[in-house]
Amino acid sequence: MRVTFTANGKPVEADDVWEGESLLYVLRERVGLPGSKNACEQGECGSCTVYLDGVPVCSCLVAAGQVQDREVRTVEGLTDENGELGLVQQAFVDAGAVQCGFCTPGLLVQTDALLDQDAQPSDNDIREALSGNLCRCTGYEKIMDAVRLASARKCAGKGASE
Amino acid sequence: MEFLRPATWDEALAAKAEYPTALPIAGGTDVMVEMNFDVHRPSAILDLNRITELTQWSNDGGVVRLGASVPYARIIDELSGPLPGLALAAHTVGSPQIRNRGGVGGNLGAASPAGDSHPALLAAGRDVFVEAASVRGTRLIPIDDFYVGVKRNSLAADELIRAVHIPVADGPQQFSKIGTRNAMVIAVCAFGFALHPKDGTVGTGIGSAAPTPRRAVEAEEYLRGVLAERGLWESGDLLGTEVIQRFGELVKAAASPIDDVRGTADYRRHALAVMARRTLTWTWNDYSKQIRSAA
Amino acid sequence: MSARTIQGQKNLQNINQASKDGIGGSPLRPDGNLKVKGEFAYSSDMWHEDMLWGTALRSPHPRATILSVDISEALKVPGVYAVLTHQDIPGSKYYGLEIQDQPALAIDKVRYHGEAIALVAADHPETARRAVKKIKVEYEVLTPIVTEEQCLDPGTYGYVHEPHEYKSHAYGNICHEQRLVSGLGVTDEVRALADVIVSGDYEVGMQDQAFLGPESGLAVPAEDGGIDLYVATQWLHVDREQMAPVLDLPEEKVRLTLAGVGGAFGGREDISMQIHACLLAQHTGKPVKIVYARDESFYGHVHRHPARMHYEHGATRDGKLVFADCRIVLDGGAYASASPAVVGNAASLGHGPYVIPNVKMHAIALYSNNPSCGAMRGFGAVQAAFGYESQMDKLAAELGLDPVELRQLNTMSEGDYMPTGQQIDSPAPVADLLRRAKEMPLPPPLDTAHLDVRQLPGALSNTSHGEGIVRGVGYSVGIKNVGFSEGFDDYSTARVRLEVIGGEPVAMVHTAMAEVGQGGVTVHAQIARTELGVEQVTIHPANTEVGSAGSTSASRQTYMTGGAVKLAAEAVKRALIEKGRRRYGWTHDDITLAGGKVVSARSGALVSMVDLLGDEAIDLTREHHHRPTVPFDKETGQGFGHVQYTFCANRAVVDVDVELGLVKVVELTAVQDVGKALNPLSVVGQIQGGCTQALGLAVMEEIIVRDGKVRNASFTDYLIPTILDTPPIPVEILELPDPHAPYGLRGVGEAPTVSATPSIVAAIRNATGLALNRIPVRPEHLTTELPG
Ligand SMILES: Cc1cc2nc3c(=O)[nH]c(=O)nc-3n(C[C@H](O)[C@H](O)[C@H](O)COP(=O)(O)OP(=O)(O)OC[C@H]3O[C@@H](n4cnc5c(N)ncnc54)[C@H](O)[C@@H]3O)c2cc1C
Ligand code: FES
Ligand code: FES
Repeated sequence: MRVTFTANGKPVEADDVWEGESLLYVLRERVGLPGSKNACEQGECGSCTVYLDGVPVCSCLVAAGQVQDREVRTVEGLTDENGELGLVQQAFVDAGAVQCGFCTPGLLVQTDALLDQDAQPSDNDIREALSGNLCRCTGYEKIMDAVRLASARKCAGKGASE
Repeated sequence: MEFLRPATWDEALAAKAEYPTALPIAGGTDVMVEMNFDVHRPSAILDLNRITELTQWSNDGGVVRLGASVPYARIIDELSGPLPGLALAAHTVGSPQIRNRGGVGGNLGAASPAGDSHPALLAAGRDVFVEAASVRGTRLIPIDDFYVGVKRNSLAADELIRAVHIPVADGPQQFSKIGTRNAMVIAVCAFGFALHPKDGTVGTGIGSAAPTPRRAVEAEEYLRGVLAERGLWESGDLLGTEVIQRFGELVKAAASPIDDVRGTADYRRHALAVMARRTLTWTWNDYSKQIRSAA
Repeated sequence: MSARTIQGQKNLQNINQASKDGIGGSPLRPDGNLKVKGEFAYSSDMWHEDMLWGTALRSPHPRATILSVDISEALKVPGVYAVLTHQDIPGSKYYGLEIQDQPALAIDKVRYHGEAIALVAADHPETARRAVKKIKVEYEVLTPIVTEEQCLDPGTYGYVHEPHEYKSHAYGNICHEQRLVSGLGVTDEVRALADVIVSGDYEVGMQDQAFLGPESGLAVPAEDGGIDLYVATQWLHVDREQMAPVLDLPEEKVRLTLAGVGGAFGGREDISMQIHACLLAQHTGKPVKIVYARDESFYGHVHRHPARMHYEHGATRDGKLVFADCRIVLDGGAYASASPAVVGNAASLGHGPYVIPNVKMHAIALYSNNPSCGAMRGFGAVQAAFGYESQMDKLAAELGLDPVELRQLNTMSEGDYMPTGQQIDSPAPVADLLRRAKEMPLPPPLDTAHLDVRQLPGALSNTSHGEGIVRGVGYSVGIKNVGFSEGFDDYSTARVRLEVIGGEPVAMVHTAMAEVGQGGVTVHAQIARTELGVEQVTIHPANTEVGSAGSTSASRQTYMTGGAVKLAAEAVKRALIEKGRRRYGWTHDDITLAGGKVVSARSGALVSMVDLLGDEAIDLTREHHHRPTVPFDKETGQGFGHVQYTFCANRAVVDVDVELGLVKVVELTAVQDVGKALNPLSVVGQIQGGCTQALGLAVMEEIIVRDGKVRNASFTDYLIPTILDTPPIPVEILELPDPHAPYGLRGVGEAPTVSATPSIVAAIRNATGLALNRIPVRPEHLTTELPG
């Protein structure tokens, strides 16, 4: 079947999609957006997290046919038009929150969504929000640092612009 | 395999009538795992995402009519007041991403004994109904008749779940679940509990400790009796350890768990008793506070 | 192949980074930006026009004879390009890391649940899956040999490999064994010297590396009849060594390039899909991609050896250890993998970082019909540490001593001897590590007035509002070797090139080191900056065009390949200075490179590198070998077997819901001597990551195998710690240089994984008073003795 949707603001189209295929597969293998990662394909790791109509979801659990005419934003869409890193992306690099980096794309989208809702989450809030994103390398400490750093920068940025 | 995308509820019912073996997909958090791991290859997939009424709920003051696809995240945000037990249960489901997609309709559709909605729905009382519809019409299935076997429910092949009808809570409700990690776990066992001061009953629901979700009938009866006989609904007085203990024992006795990779049968029984005692204590404490502050 | 056809290939080209940070600084990762943009190409991201998808048919039985394999129906599925069995293998049918005992595809029998029998290549993964289901295999199912008792009684239960097939000194289902005796050994006379004796039987479950990036890669057939493989691995050259004979190709025609690696932890030390993808590519003449699904990943790589251990320790009344008697039985599963090295580590490190005058040790690895086990972070040492540290706590309780004090009475220091007879000839501040762990401030007690369920055992599962919660504190310390041991020369190679690009001196570092996330590339750039005085460093993709870098394992890469980069950079530096001397006739004896210039300490800048180099490049390759070691004597275990030792101490604080048996680790402190922290940020990241894997083993991680069948090959039931399970992990780093190592550094990655597990179990014991002789500790272990 054919599936058309918007990915990172651009219309995309995939042909010959098998009906059982996931959005993750379509993104990675058909429309050239391999940033979202395929670590479990069972919703347990969060590496494939993308925004679907503004809500973070596991793209491995969305059937390709379900995204017809909808909007998807992936880790590739967190970078600005000039290719500059977004705030959350920069914080993850700066805090040393990236080791192998396989968990990173999902964590970035989930963190972006968290800070969108609440620019100054408590540690418990951060842990709850990221509890569906497994990381095997870092022990999460530097990820906590990265989210706190992104939060601080976001709040400082807001303060400055007000 | 076909991919059916009905735009309206009537189209969905028509499609389901035409393709009774089509597999409905809502949040996909059960369906897609089975697709990805080749557990399931249905003749067709029936996408329910475009049917907006499934993602809506209404509250007439007495009963919440919860659309089948209202995601857990919204149940937590929007329905913690009228449906506190279900909202607590929803908060234990998977992860934030899963809670953004999965909903009670899918949980009922999958009818897994480990589904977390079930104990909360059972505890909410005997007036919980699954609204099932087909081109033949609509019927309300009492929750006690809904679960018929391991991962089997009483829907007919041409039926879809439209909504669940749940009485608005008239007393404190609680939900507890055991997992071997502190987030993202399928229940080793779970327990839902609700006080229903209006009709002087209590509700229980046991998860993951029998082939289907089930009620601890004797425990409910015992407690109902004690509360009535001792005038505790009116006084809000302490229940006493003996009552709490006995309630735990009866909940435990109602389970028929097995040993599996997630836990042993003995542990499940033990944990159910503990959760039963704790949830009863929490709800009763809340209730007595309400009584006292009202007095 | 043309790079154009691979998408997101940026890390398959050079990555350049400018920074002022040399060693000791914490510059950002050179691959960090690509990774956060989603542009870093992992092995599963490889993509090629016309590529096919490969997949394997795997055995549902742990032990069976294959009576027949019928592929005819599978071949008829439209979109299928090849279906292969062992009969289609052009070369040798066996491979293996140390012992070539594993068939690339099963031959007439299967020895574990999940063993690959046949391969399919098709135009879509779903087509391949459908075709696999059409392969008909007739099995004669046999009773699997799975317990220690069964393995050790082949007369009754049979052999996993027929003895005539053994390709090593295995015997009677024992794949490898190592004995050790030191002092007087353990005899009745020695036992009599002890005032108290404690003993225990301990068990460790089968842990999985559970790296997030599944095994995957893309094999592209080349015009010269060879093959190019883009793959995630820990050691490109050892993969090639095992692949070439099976593919019947000379090694130079098997070219490997490292694609992005999503974690490794030992699980990529062995071959997984490499040979399979190449066989399919050879047969079809098309590029073939294989990506394991999570369940296949559990079947497709080796795990941590489960262990059963018996320990007996004797001590004087004042707490001095007199003897240790240990027996360690490791289940190696169907194929040897790294079992011999695991046994060597268990035997030589299994007494812990303690001075014990008399030791007897017997360690074996079994062949069984359980899943194969091999390398995982800290192997051999992790299992043993649970045994000896449990014993230390038991002994302290028996003697009425504080557990930390008891340890400190017996810890080894520089100058002491290992039971192998090897002298510890660099700092070993074991007692000090423990002291520091103990002196770190404790976390505040649970704030019962402001409870947040997310901080309690069970968290959002809402099992406790404070009821049943008891706090416990536990300590432990561990020892691990660094590098490959027992006479193995695991050298590393590095090529460093210095040239002027865009008016600036730029150093390029080229190695075959597998960057698996640890940050080796960051450190290589730092070393190049330090040695060459430049800011711009380019990291060349890792491939087999340069010599071997050895494995990214055994905490060895910074030591070994970092050491090789240092040697190569020093050689480039000497060559550059030599060039200057020839050109300018310098006679200074204090010349070095700094800030892009050749500098004399006394006379200042002599010339800029740009001027000196002109358009010439200096390009040199060096090998780095560590000091030689020798194999342990088979009977006595004596020998200078290890390159370097590393130590870590931990303190764990836990809250246990003692009624429900649920655990929340509240804090996990680590104190480690790293010799020299080349990159402090990475060092801390390694220690925190290592501690978290240890936490997983302590309280949740286990592959459950019943009668040889894996019961939880999924992330739904093989649980690894989430961010809600992982506490703050304060880390204190000591830097006591090892004179034998480059920059004095000490391998970092494994020691915390060895030491942290026992501290968590000790803390749970402290909270519950239970014995807890098995890990992972499960809720039912904490509640079985309780009334309902
Ligand atoms: C990582 C992960 C963690 C999870 N954790 C939990 C957990 O903690 N607790 C828990 O209870 N569950 C858990 N689940 C399972 C799942 O999320 C829930 O069962 C969820 O409620 C399913 O909802 P859904 O909308 O995604 O269902 P879907 O996957 O879309 O459907 C599930 C089933 O219901 C049927 N169905 C869906 N809608 C209808 C309808 N309107 N009418 C008739 N049939 C219908 C489908 O055909 C299918 O059989 C988890 C799943 C994942 C992937
Ligand atoms: S790949 Fe989607 S959650 Fe793991
Ligand atoms: S950095 Fe490797 S999984 Fe998170």
